[in-house]
Amino acid sequence: MALRPAPLEYNRLWQMRLWLFAVFFFLYAPLVALIAFSFNDSKRNTVWRGFTLDYYVKLFHDQDLMIAFGNSLTIALMATVISLVIGALAAVLLWRYNFMGKAVVEGAFTLPIVVPEICMGVAMLLFFTRVLPWPNNLIWPLSLGSITIAHVSFCFPFVALVVRARLASFNKEQEEAARDLGANDWQAFRDVLMPHIRPALIAGGLLAFTLSLDDFVITFFTSGPDTITFPVKVYSMLRFSVTPEVNAASTMLILVTIMLMVLMMVMQSRAPKSK
Amino acid sequence: MDQALASGAKAAVKPIISFRNISKRWGSAVGVDNVSLDIEPGEFFALLGPSGCGKTTLLRILAGLEVPTEGHVLIDGQDMGDIPPNKRAVNMVFQSYAVFPHMTVADNVAYGLKIDGVPQPERDRRVQEALDLVQLGQLAARMPDQLSGGQRQRVALARALVKKPKVLLLDEPLSALDAKLREAMRFELSQLQQKVGITFIMVTHDQNEALAIASRIAVMNKGLIAQLGTPSDLYEFPASRFVADFIGSVNMFEGQLIDDKPDEATVACPDLDPHHIHVPHAVLGQEKSPVWVAIRPEKMNLHKDADAPPSVPECPAAHNVARGEIKEISYLGDISIFHVLLANGRLIRISRSNRSRFDQDNFGWGEKVWVSWAGSSPVVLQG
Repeated sequence: MALRPAPLEYNRLWQMRLWLFAVFFFLYAPLVALIAFSFNDSKRNTVWRGFTLDYYVKLFHDQDLMIAFGNSLTIALMATVISLVIGALAAVLLWRYNFMGKAVVEGAFTLPIVVPEICMGVAMLLFFTRVLPWPNNLIWPLSLGSITIAHVSFCFPFVALVVRARLASFNKEQEEAARDLGANDWQAFRDVLMPHIRPALIAGGLLAFTLSLDDFVITFFTSGPDTITFPVKVYSMLRFSVTPEVNAASTMLILVTIMLMVLMMVMQSRAPKSK
Repeated sequence: MDQALASGAKAAVKPIISFRNISKRWGSAVGVDNVSLDIEPGEFFALLGPSGCGKTTLLRILAGLEVPTEGHVLIDGQDMGDIPPNKRAVNMVFQSYAVFPHMTVADNVAYGLKIDGVPQPERDRRVQEALDLVQLGQLAARMPDQLSGGQRQRVALARALVKKPKVLLLDEPLSALDAKLREAMRFELSQLQQKVGITFIMVTHDQNEALAIASRIAVMNKGLIAQLGTPSDLYEFPASRFVADFIGSVNMFEGQLIDDKPDEATVACPDLDPHHIHVPHAVLGQEKSPVWVAIRPEKMNLHKDADAPPSVPECPAAHNVARGEIKEISYLGDISIFHVLLANGRLIRISRSNRSRFDQDNFGWGEKVWVSWAGSSPVVLQG
């Protein structure tokens, strides 16, 4: 006979197990269905008609979709690099210096995280049409500038937060030790502080990349006719009909995001502990 | 080092470190208050004091990590002025050791040499030398998170010593170690200092540590140097109540100077019964002025209760004795500490070493006793 569960062994109560199952089911069943039906040999999405890779082949031959995908990757890359620089600098400055109104500045940095995306989107739309009209005849990738700027505005606070959290565990005596051993300010920064925040930069960078890659709302408001991104393109495909092609495209996006997340976790777990 | 001492006996040795009127203030808070101090080459010097007394600030000013509000620091006769920490011929072992976590032991030790552009072969040789000096030769390839606390400290020591500084600074070097290791490292630190022969300056709040290792100690309090001297000077001849109380434990009695002759003096202490303390030297104070008498616990004796007070050699009758009752006995193995309640309610500490495995006197809790002390035991303090 199984032993009675101990007071805190919730995982052995059948009610809890049922709950857990329900949570996982509603979280992942739609995703599993989406991925499964991307291999469905049918124009309709409702009935399983057999396995095929046709829609993936079709996907890679869809010129518009591939351009959108290229746009998305380019925007994500540019937004990530800019967010890393701005976010890391902001984090280091906020960590190192005390100044008047520091709390306000810190609050302002996290504002883009808490402001509803739809508001950000509308704000960006107004900004880029009224305040700073982005010329729409620029060559690629400068034509993606407005979207990139919009993405940076909500990506860099995440970088700043991650780097800031990492800095909290930095032992300032290490920097002083480097100075004491002969390093100048720049050398101490390069040899001691940078290695310490490197995992946070990687994590923050990947976070920014994935956020930018699959952002829809803000992009939707800032993209022009020639600057469609992948999520926006998928949405427009959806308006005609939900074909397995949409499923296949979504599966690709999920795949890229998951790969980046796994990479991030691996890199983070390798970070040496600070003592 | 011997050479330095020998010449020091004849003429004043040129100090390796000079603090000249150093003050450090943050707004209205005073960290260091007009401190002047010379440290001679080859000394193992300790800055001792409670937390917030300014000892660490003084060390950091010397290292260049803190800028004094006023005053000058001279290292080997050269004014440090605006010279940054990386250009000073001193190196520091930090309280947290601050070993670089992303570098191997060898890379940690090599860091300072690499920055200085010391060529590879010489660098490797010196790193190995320094690691051997702190007995870490076998662990050169380890990462810091694979080391124990004691080993990390050795890395920090090697990393500082490899640069051959004129002075090695140690900020609370032993506070992060457990008790047993701390005792062992005290001995090792002084061995190390004799081996490398350079000046060590240590900051500590632990008086035992300072007494055990240092050749000279500056006791600091509230940003000032309260007393400067050898360990035995500070313990046996404290200059103030603060020093007497901070170094070791002490029984302090407030009293009044009632007789002050060139070769003897008497203090009346209302805390004691009978009241009088006799010392065989002049106090050089004003008659009737308030004084404090400090007596170390190990310099007091316990006597079995008898009607007459025990007689103390070279003291007038009924001087340097007090009646009391044993309230508590702490048996610590090597010594026992007796908490004795005096007639008027004062609790004092008396320690006795347990030299025999069988205590003949066998004092017990609640026992009525007499306490006595020799005339040479008390220190009379006027401030």
